Amino acid sequence: MATTNRTSPPFERAGLSDEQLVGMLRTMLLQRMLENRGFQLNRQGKIPFASASEGHEGVQAGAAMAFARGRDLLFPYYRDLGLALGVGLTPYEVLLSLFARAADLSGGRQFPHHYASRRLGIATISSIIAAQLSHAVGAAYALRVRGENGRAVLTTFGDGATSEGEWHESVNFAAVHKLPIVLLCENNEWAISTPLAKQMGQPDIWRRAAGYGLPSTCVDGMDPVACYLAVSDALDRARTGGGPTLVEAKCYRFLAHTTDDDDRTYRSREEVEAHRRDDPVPNFERRLVEAGILAPEGLERLKAELLAEINEATDRAEAMPYPGGEELYRNVYADSTDPWR
Amino acid sequence: MAVSSPTQTTQIMNNVDAVRATLYDAMKNDPRTVILGEDVGARGNVFLITKDFAKEFGPQRVIDTPIAEASIVGIAIGMAMEGLRPIAEIQFADFIYPAFNQIVGEAAKTRYRSNGEYTCPLVIRTPYGGGVRGALSHSVSIEALFYHVPGLKILAPAFPADVKGLLNAAIDDPDPVLFLEHKKTYRLIKGEVPDGHYTIPIGKANVLKEGTALTVVSYGLYVHWALEAAQQLAGEGISVEVIDLRSIRPMDKTTILQSVEKTRKLLIVHEDNKFGGIGAEISAMVAEEALFSLDAPIRRHCAPDVPAMGYAEPLEHEYMSSPAKIADAMRELARF
Repeated sequence: MATTNRTSPPFERAGLSDEQLVGMLRTMLLQRMLENRGFQLNRQGKIPFASASEGHEGVQAGAAMAFARGRDLLFPYYRDLGLALGVGLTPYEVLLSLFARAADLSGGRQFPHHYASRRLGIATISSIIAAQLSHAVGAAYALRVRGENGRAVLTTFGDGATSEGEWHESVNFAAVHKLPIVLLCENNEWAISTPLAKQMGQPDIWRRAAGYGLPSTCVDGMDPVACYLAVSDALDRARTGGGPTLVEAKCYRFLAHTTDDDDRTYRSREEVEAHRRDDPVPNFERRLVEAGILAPEGLERLKAELLAEINEATDRAEAMPYPGGEELYRNVYADSTDPWR
Repeated sequence: MAVSSPTQTTQIMNNVDAVRATLYDAMKNDPRTVILGEDVGARGNVFLITKDFAKEFGPQRVIDTPIAEASIVGIAIGMAMEGLRPIAEIQFADFIYPAFNQIVGEAAKTRYRSNGEYTCPLVIRTPYGGGVRGALSHSVSIEALFYHVPGLKILAPAFPADVKGLLNAAIDDPDPVLFLEHKKTYRLIKGEVPDGHYTIPIGKANVLKEGTALTVVSYGLYVHWALEAAQQLAGEGISVEVIDLRSIRPMDKTTILQSVEKTRKLLIVHEDNKFGGIGAEISAMVAEEALFSLDAPIRRHCAPDVPAMGYAEPLEHEYMSSPAKIADAMRELARF
């Protein structure tokens, strides 16, 4: 079993170029700024809803860097804004989703951050917890049947998802068939208001892997490079016939679950503030600046560019039309929407 | 019977043979086809439908799954999304409840929620129905639990030739199809089945017997009993039209309405219990579209509203209908 305890390894670039490291930071900044934009738009009354992934930027940017675009398949969950951006989703597409416009990938049907794109290899998901796990396992089986070596599936889920029966069923099936899949848990300690201690009897999800007979690893989810390494190793193993791996990335959810949640009702401000020390975004900014990979003025320029891009995308998406009512009836079936013929 | 490529020759088969032969051809003709479920491999399914399939097509395409119905369907959805043509089996329809979310929340909405970006060409086969001393967990009818759901198609053929033609149509269909096989008809019902590949259009009912006094709409085992009862009533001078629904969703409104407008009386017969059953939807549809064609109130002859048929013979007997009971229901409506 390839297992480690939670550690913060000294900064290393793990074979990543300066460009890749800055690329990861760019994804992290985009995620945070776009999420912030979603909350702003909600508070302005412009959109009905937005959900939060602040605190997940490190694990998602690292996993996205490990993901092979055009080759691997992603079965994410709804808290994976950064992962979607990291594999190629654009800020404009995110804003179309937030505004629920006709040009959105789902045509304005889905909640924000439920992206589906064949182009990017992002599978369609529902909001039902852990329902995507078995789809991911089935897709990995399809790769096996077609003999598509060198490709793998990455699926992600939160700590709460590991309580679902289908989580168990899916991990078990992946282990039985040694499927090319990486099961990445983004453990942020909270399932809306339910803390880890009420979700499971022991808090280390990676330890469960031994019971299923698959290797696991645990990384600091606030460290994008460590997450890149863990997911990259696991994906390489999956792509080369080595079977599935469970990766647990321990992170934290800094914001309320969604714009409709008030986390002051169930957790203390002190707890949240204590975790801010580990905030992956300023920490990674500092690491890249201290390592001389990014100059302070380069960082400021990057942030300004991203803000300008998001502002432009916001205006452009907001100006787009909603889907017309007639769109409600499309794509029920391939051929017909009428249950009575 | 609408046959897309009719052939001259036929074979006599029972329903279980027809399922088996159709699945065999699908496995033989399309390497994307996989079968997954409990005991479908080495055992060859509990009714021996897939006997020797694993030997011929290999365990990679004939998959003995763990006992986990939710993921049997979920894994099949993932396979379908990624280009395979999975045929998932739920060993008995009574075991399908753990898979409810995967069928209703996921498979039925894959195309819709992704606006066509992803599709789910999936067949879920399952044996259902009673009269086999199956008690509470080996005899239920499940169609009413699923027919409410847009995005699903539900088939329940009663004759071997329809089993083959509709199972082929289900396998070819680009959307998820729930394929219900009445287990009492598996070996009881025999008939001629055309050789070669053919499909029967999904959503077309079949007028099995023409008549003038009343229309009976049914599906599954009770179609055979309704036909038997109708033949008995013919001897009494009562001419009954019998329609085999075959497809529960989509449903063949045209055939039902044409028949009712001719006979002016409608009896719906099904094994599932009455409240909120398929008969309720047919009744509502006919009331909406053809109320003034009716000479009598619509009647439903269905199972009582109890949770299930009991194991003891008298309990099962009380739950199930029979050709004689159906004949009584027909006589009563004919006299109205």
